Amino acid sequence: MTKDDWGRPQAMAIPKEGYFTLEKGRYGPTYPRTPACHGFTLIAKIKPGTEEEIRNYGKRLEKALEGSPDVLAPLQLHYLRWVLFDIGSDKYFMYQGIFDTDFDKYTEDAVALFAQMGINTIFEKLEGFPDDWKTNAPAFIKFVREHQCPSFLEYGEYPYVTAVEIKKALRLKKAFSDMLDQMQ
Amino acid sequence: MLELGDIQHFLLTRTPALAARYEFLTFRQPSAGRQWLAGVIDKVGTGKSVGAASPDSRWVTVAFTWNGLEALGLEEASLATFPEEFRQGLAARAEIIGTTGANHPDHWVGELASPALHAIVILFTRDVAERERCKQEHGLYLSGIRGVDVISTLDLEAIPPFGCAHEHFGYRDRLSQFAIEGTDEQAQPGSGPPVKAGEFFLGYLDESGSQPPLPQPELLARNGSYLAYLRIEEHVGKFRDFLRQQSDTSEGQELIAAKLMGRWRSGAPLVLAPQRDDPALGADMQRTNDFNYRTIDPYGYSCPIGSHIRRMNPRDTAENIERRKMIRRGGTYGPPLPEDTAEDGVERGIAAFIGCASLVRQFEFAMNVWINDPTFKGLGNERDPFVGTQDGTFDMTIPKRPIRRKIVGLPAFTTIRGGAYFFLPGIRALRFLAGSR
Repeated sequence: MTKDDWGRPQAMAIPKEGYFTLEKGRYGPTYPRTPACHGFTLIAKIKPGTEEEIRNYGKRLEKALEGSPDVLAPLQLHYLRWVLFDIGSDKYFMYQGIFDTDFDKYTEDAVALFAQMGINTIFEKLEGFPDDWKTNAPAFIKFVREHQCPSFLEYGEYPYVTAVEIKKALRLKKAFSDMLDQMQ
Repeated sequence: MLELGDIQHFLLTRTPALAARYEFLTFRQPSAGRQWLAGVIDKVGTGKSVGAASPDSRWVTVAFTWNGLEALGLEEASLATFPEEFRQGLAARAEIIGTTGANHPDHWVGELASPALHAIVILFTRDVAERERCKQEHGLYLSGIRGVDVISTLDLEAIPPFGCAHEHFGYRDRLSQFAIEGTDEQAQPGSGPPVKAGEFFLGYLDESGSQPPLPQPELLARNGSYLAYLRIEEHVGKFRDFLRQQSDTSEGQELIAAKLMGRWRSGAPLVLAPQRDDPALGADMQRTNDFNYRTIDPYGYSCPIGSHIRRMNPRDTAENIERRKMIRRGGTYGPPLPEDTAEDGVERGIAAFIGCASLVRQFEFAMNVWINDPTFKGLGNERDPFVGTQDGTFDMTIPKRPIRRKIVGLPAFTTIRGGAYFFLPGIRALRFLAGSR
C-alpha cells in the first residue's frame, strides 16, 4: 500500500502527542500528513459576550471571498469548519482546517494572511490570545500550538490527495467533456 | 533614519575584497574577552565609514554566539531575552534546517558545533598580502591577551577570472541585489522595491509595518543583526563528472548545469535566455535580474521549479516574499580545480553569511522550506540541487515539452562542513559589551 494509492481508502490512528516520531519544526514538533492530509483543530474559550461578533465575522468572510475567491489560496486548504459550542456555561470556538501544507512551514504566511483578512478579529475574542500578536508572530504561533488538539484518528476516502491534484483531475475531466462535445 | 555610524558595515556594503580570513575565538575569562573586544572596536568599519568607494584596504567585522555573549559576562536577565533559535545555536537546530546525514554537525570541522565557539572576526582585504599582514597583526595582539584563543580559522580567496565574482562550479555570483530603505543603494530592475530596514537591523520598522520586540537592554540590541554562517564544500570534480554523464556534448552539459541553477554559468537567467547562453545579458546588471515567473514561466519550461534560484527566490510565485529577504556575504575558499583535472580531494567551497533580523522567520524558513522541503511547490521528491541535503535519493525534474526530463537520484554536489549563529552588534553595543560589569 503506498501513499499514491488514492483508490484505496485508508485510516490512520495517531498517538496522543499527535505524531509518531518527534520531528522538530521551527516552532515545535511537526505533525504527520495523514490520509486526510494536514490540518489542525484549534479549540479555545471565547471571551464572554463576543459570540455575536464572531458569528457576524462569518458573514464578512463569505462576502470577502465572493469578491476575491483566491484570497485564501496560500493556505492550500481543502476545507475550513468554524464551530461555536457550549461546555457548561462557557462558549468555545473550534477552528478546524484541512490543508496540504505542513503548518509549521508556512505558519508566518498564515499569520500574515489572517491579519490581511481580518481573521484576527476572531482570534482577538479568544481567551489567552496575545495582545501583541501583530508584532510578535512567535506568540501567535505559540497560542495556536497550545490550543491545537491532535486527532487520534483520521480517514481518507481518497487518501493523500491534494487539493491541487483534485482540481487538476476535474479540469482534465472538463477538458475531455469539452473535447467530446466538439466531436459530435 | 538608519544610524549608519552605529551599524557595522558588513551587511550594508559589499567591499571590493579579493581575500578574507575568518577567525573563530573562545574566551576563557570574561575579562579577557572584554579586553580583546575593547582593543578591536576601533578597527570595525561602520555603514558610514565604509562606503562603496572605501579607500581602505581591509575591513573588520565582529560577531558573537549566544554562548559568547554569556562568556563576556552578559547577565542572565539579558541573555534570556534573545530569541530561542539564537540561544540554541545553529548546530542544535540541524534537524530543523535540514543539515542531516553527511551535513550533520557531528561531521563538522573547525569546532563550529562546540559551545566553546564564542566569537568570529571577519577580515576582508583587498588582496592576499594585506590579509597576511592583518593576520600577523591580530596574532600579535592576541598573544598579548591571556584568555582568548583562536579555535579555528579559514582563509578565503576570490577565484579567477577576477572581473566578477564566481564560485567553484563556475557560476557567476552576486547577481541579485535589492535595496534597503534608508540607504543610498539603488535597487536593480527586478529586485523589487526597497526593503524596510527592520528586516535586517534591530530597532527599525519591518515589512509588517511595526517594530518587533528587542532583546534587552535596548542599547545592546539596537542596530544589531543576526548572521547565519555556513561553510559549504563544493565537490567540483563530482559535479563535472555528473554533467558529463548527463550529456555527451558540451552544449548539453551547459544546459543541464543551467537547469540545475536556473541561470547559465554566465549569470544569464533561463527565464530570459531559455535556449542558449547570453553572456552579455548575464553581465548586464540592469537586465539580468529583471524577470518573474508567474506569467512568463508558470510551469518551469524555461527555469525548472526546483532549480536553485527559483527555490531561493520564488519571486512572484511565493507569498509574503518581502518577509523572506536576506543579505548574503562571504566568499570562496580553497584552490580552484583546473578544468581538466580530476577531483583532487582538496576542500574548496563557499563560506557564507546570511544576515537578517529573524533567524527563524528568514534563514530557517529558507533552509527548511525553500531548500530542503521535498514537496516544495508540489514537486514531491526534490531538494535544492546545490545546497539541499542530498543523499542520492532525491530527484530533479526538468519540465520539457512534450515530456519532462527527470534526473533520478541526484548526487550531493556539496557538503555542509560547519555553521553557527552570530549576533552582529552595533558599535555602541560593542562598547557596552566591552565595558566592565
